[in-house]
Amino acid sequence: MSDAPLRLHSLGEAALLCELPAPATLAHQQRIWALATEAMQWRGVHEVLPGMNNLTLLFDPVQIDVVELEMQVLSAWPQLAAAGIEGRRVEIPVTYGGESGPDLAEVARHTGLSPAEVVKRHSAGDYIVYLLGFLPGFAFMGGLAPELATPRRKEPRVAVPARSVGIGGEQTGIYPLVSPGGWQLIGRTSLEMFDPAAAEPTRLRPGDQVRFVVERMET
Amino acid sequence: MAASHGLTVLRPGLQASVQDLGRHGHRQLGICPGGALDTLAMTLANRLVGNLDAAAGIEITMGGCEIRFEADTRIAIAGDDFGATIDGVALWPCWSVPVVAGQVLRLAGANRSTHKDGLRTWLAVAGGIDVPVILGSRSTDLKAGFGGHQGRALKKGDKLMLGVPALDAQQLSRRPFGVRPPDLGLDGDRATLLRVMPGPEFEQFTIASREALWGGSWRLTPQSNRMGSRLEGFELKRRRAVDMLSSAVIPGTIQVPPSGQPIILMGDAQTTGGYPRIGVVIRADLWKLAQAPLNGRLRLQQVDSAQALAAWDERLRYLAHVGQGLASAGWIGPAQNPVEGVRDAD
Repeated sequence: MSDAPLRLHSLGEAALLCELPAPATLAHQQRIWALATEAMQWRGVHEVLPGMNNLTLLFDPVQIDVVELEMQVLSAWPQLAAAGIEGRRVEIPVTYGGESGPDLAEVARHTGLSPAEVVKRHSAGDYIVYLLGFLPGFAFMGGLAPELATPRRKEPRVAVPARSVGIGGEQTGIYPLVSPGGWQLIGRTSLEMFDPAAAEPTRLRPGDQVRFVVERMET
Repeated sequence: MAASHGLTVLRPGLQASVQDLGRHGHRQLGICPGGALDTLAMTLANRLVGNLDAAAGIEITMGGCEIRFEADTRIAIAGDDFGATIDGVALWPCWSVPVVAGQVLRLAGANRSTHKDGLRTWLAVAGGIDVPVILGSRSTDLKAGFGGHQGRALKKGDKLMLGVPALDAQQLSRRPFGVRPPDLGLDGDRATLLRVMPGPEFEQFTIASREALWGGSWRLTPQSNRMGSRLEGFELKRRRAVDMLSSAVIPGTIQVPPSGQPIILMGDAQTTGGYPRIGVVIRADLWKLAQAPLNGRLRLQQVDSAQALAAWDERLRYLAHVGQGLASAGWIGPAQNPVEGVRDAD
């Protein structure tokens, strides 16, 4: 599938944004990961940052001219297969509801489902990590059942507890650290999501396949 | 490499933290580059005390800071001096001076009615601040709470260790000397001029907004911090509001939230954002933004990639000249102190 045209744009003189037209799909994202892997081999490219449906290459303009880099991107793009990276399977144990998930009732109200049904469907989903951003180790995941989509809180919390599992619009995710945040919190995991001293500082990486496992449900 | 107790923070001021040239290569994991917001100042201060460019120093916000040195060493500050003194004797920016154990560096508060009204000061100490290297850097990630000294801003009573200086005893105690600080290039009415490349979403803005970006005068509001400099001025509007998907932002990115008041992202900004990027401040001008005074005025000038690269070359030449000057004065030469590479200020 080489039909999706890639739009290129400079992000300052040392970064190149490569983006695909909406909507974001897993197939698009897989090709973006493939491009990221490939581009890291190129002279002058020292960092790659996948976004949702896009990729930014950070490069040294002394080592590679932006026009040359653009040509490299455009000639590599049609050759890339979608299977970019091998995602791992990661299980995240979650205590749903109660103090761990103070917004579970709100999500139930909004979706018209019972809290137990929200938990059942959330933990039945297969999720894919599209990218990490916002905070160290914060994974933007695709795969939330559409009926669970719930708008962000009108008043964001000043301090969301670390390891909270939330729903924000059509996405679900885990706050690795205490942070301000507007997502609806439905549970909390006991797993550390970010450890700067570890060889792999973040538990999740782009491409990982995630399941939430019900550890407990509180009311 | 035995480290020794080198200094004690008597008063941190508004915000002081350990910073080096930043933590690079981990944006994919959501980890921001951080580091000294003015890498030019940090580099100059380091060279003046014989450190490698990447040695860690202290970034001090709006003065009001007191630090006691617990060992004989050598220090330099760069950026705004905030009326700095060592035991009452003036310390000028970009000077390299010996200090002896017990001497106190004092930066006055920001509330002084002089013409000098900068924002930040960078302190280098011979040997560099010795804190653990985490993910390739000694910088403090204030938001995520790791790196630097215990993952947080400095507090009263903090004791910091120093690395082993590259200078010998004679060099450490050599009489003070200085270099000319880089020129902030304020224009006639004291506005800070920043050169900006149009961003990926530039064309989405109305013509009036695009013109106002370049033609208008922007105020740097006090709601600014290491994550972002918030500007106030013309309300920037897009022709129609298209939803944006998460996409990379880098220091210098000018994003426009729904309020229409732009935010220029700084070193501690998140790695991805969802607001339109109307422009990106070129790398060579980020240091000016780090020093621009609160409530001061900014002007944005449109440049292209070639002009941005020429400006970066100019910065590299300036640093090379400083390096040569120091070498010919018998200071540690460029061979021991490689010219900063690309990784320092992206």
